[in-house]
Amino acid sequence: MIEVKNLVKKFGKFTAVDNISFEVPEGEIFGFLGANGAGKTTAIKMLCGLSKPTSGSATIAGYDLVSETEQVKLNIGYMSQKFSLYDDLTISENIDFYGGLYRLRGQKLKQKKDSILQELKLQQQKHDLVKSLPLGWKQKLAFSVATIHEPKILFLDEPTSGVDPITRRKFWEIITATASKGITIFITTHYLDEAEYCDRISIMVNGKIIALDSPANLKAKLKVKTTAEIFAKLTR
Amino acid sequence: MSELIKVENLLYTYNSKVAVDVPSLEVEQGDLFGIIGADGAGKTTLFRLLATLYKPKKGKITVFGEDTIADFYKIRNFTGYMPGKFSLYEDLTIKENINFFASVFETTLEENYSLIEEIYVMLKPFENRKAGKLSGGMKQKLALCSALIHKPRLLLLDEPTTGVDPASRQEFWDMLLKLQQRGITIIVSTPYLDEARMCNKLALMHKSKIIANGNTNDFISNFPKLLFHIQASDMRKLIHQLREFPHCHSAFSFGDSIHYQDNRDKSQREISQELKTYLKTLGQSDVWVSVQNPTIEDAFIEYLHGEQNND
Repeated sequence: MIEVKNLVKKFGKFTAVDNISFEVPEGEIFGFLGANGAGKTTAIKMLCGLSKPTSGSATIAGYDLVSETEQVKLNIGYMSQKFSLYDDLTISENIDFYGGLYRLRGQKLKQKKDSILQELKLQQQKHDLVKSLPLGWKQKLAFSVATIHEPKILFLDEPTSGVDPITRRKFWEIITATASKGITIFITTHYLDEAEYCDRISIMVNGKIIALDSPANLKAKLKVKTTAEIFAKLTR
Repeated sequence: MSELIKVENLLYTYNSKVAVDVPSLEVEQGDLFGIIGADGAGKTTLFRLLATLYKPKKGKITVFGEDTIADFYKIRNFTGYMPGKFSLYEDLTIKENINFFASVFETTLEENYSLIEEIYVMLKPFENRKAGKLSGGMKQKLALCSALIHKPRLLLLDEPTTGVDPASRQEFWDMLLKLQQRGITIIVSTPYLDEARMCNKLALMHKSKIIANGNTNDFISNFPKLLFHIQASDMRKLIHQLREFPHCHSAFSFGDSIHYQDNRDKSQREISQELKTYLKTLGQSDVWVSVQNPTIEDAFIEYLHGEQNND
C-alpha cells in the first residue's frame, strides 16, 4: 500500500528527512514514532502529497507520489488533533464540507452522511455546532469524516492527544476494526503503550529510520520489556 | 499550618456552562501535586483561578493565607505560572525573555541564577537565539526558567509536557523532582497518566469536578478489585471475548496485554482457571493470566467507568 524508496527532504542545508525507505502492506497498523524534531511531520506531509520530496520516490495506494499527487490525495484520509473539524459549522455541515472536498455529491453524499449519523447516533444533533460536542465524540466524528471517501490509507497524526484513558482506548478499538477491513493505518503517537497496538513500528531519529519491526521483535532484540524502553534506548 | 492552598466551594462558569465546581481542595507545602484529566475537564480554568487570573464566581481560594481576589498582587509575587500555550516573546532571544521576566519582578538573571542554573546550562549555547526558533523541548525549558526567575514558592504548570516526546518528558519530570526537593510547591497538570506517579498527591478531574483526590500511593493501594493481566494468541479478538464473558466487570487494553476485572469475589485461582478454559474454548492459545498491580491509569479508568455507568 505504501512503498517508500530513498525519500529525502532538505530545507536549505538542513536535511529533515534523510533517505528513508520502507513498505507498509494493506491492512497493517504502522506506528511512525520519533522524538520532536526527528522529521516525522515532514515525512507525513510528503507521503500525503503536501510537500515535494527533494529526491527519492514513493508509491501510495498504487499511485506515484510525484507524478500522480492528486490521485494520491483522493485515496488517502488524514486526521489529527489539530486539524480536524470546523467548530463553528454544524455536524451536518462538516460532513457536507469534507464529503465535497473528496468529490462526493448528491445521493452518494447523502447516503454517506446518513450512515455516519446513524453509526454515531447523532441524527438528533446533526444541526448542532461541532463545538458543542464532547471531545470524544468530536474525535469519532473526525474519524468518520476522514474516511468518508473510503480511502485505502488513513494517516492519523497524534489522534488521541488530550482525551481520557477510556476514550483513548475506545478510539483504538475503532482503529483496529478499520484496519481489519483492509484499510492501512499510518499513525503517530506520544503514548508509548499505544505503540503496542501497532503491527509494526518505526523509530525516527535525526531524519533517519533507525529501527523498524514488530513491537515484540524490537523488545526481544533490545532486551527490554516495554515499548517505552525501546523508545528511551533508541532516542536518548 | 502547612496547607498552602485552600479551596472552598469554588465555582467558575463561562456564561451558563460550569467549568470548575470544586467544593474543597487542599495543597500542602512541598507537595508535587498532579491534576489529571482529559481536555475540557476544567484543568486550565482551575489553574487560571489559582494563578489569580480569574475571579471565582462563587467560593474562595487562599494561597499562603492570602485571598486570590483581595490579595492577588501578593500572590503573584511568590507564584510562578507556566500556561499551557507557549506565551513568551517569540521575537526576543532566550536571554532577553528571561531578563524581561526578571525585571517585571524587580530582580535579575544573575541574582537568582542558582535556582535555574541546571536548566539554563542546557539553554546557554542558544541564549542569543530567538524563542520562536526553538524546538518544543527548548521552549518548555525556557518557559520553566521564566516562571522560576523571581524565586517563587509556588509553581503552577499547566500541561507542560503535552505534545512533548517521551524522552524530553522524562527529563522535564526529573527537573520538577529537583525543584520539589528545594521546597518549591508544584501543581502540575498532565494528560499522560504514566507521569502522574511522579507526584506525591493527585486529583482526578472530570467534567468540571474532582472525582478523586489523595496520596498517589493510596490510589493504588485502595484499588477495589483484583486486577488481571491477560495475554493470548489473538489480541485483537481477546478484548471482545473478555467483554462477552458473563462475569466481566471491565476489560481494557494496556500495551501488550488486557487488564481485566471480574465482578465476582472469587479467588484469583478460580477466576484464572475459568478464564483460561473460557478463552481456550473460543480458540485462543498461549493464554496467560496473572495478577496485575494496578497503575494510576487503572485507578482513573475505574473511577471514570463508575462515572460513565452513572450517566
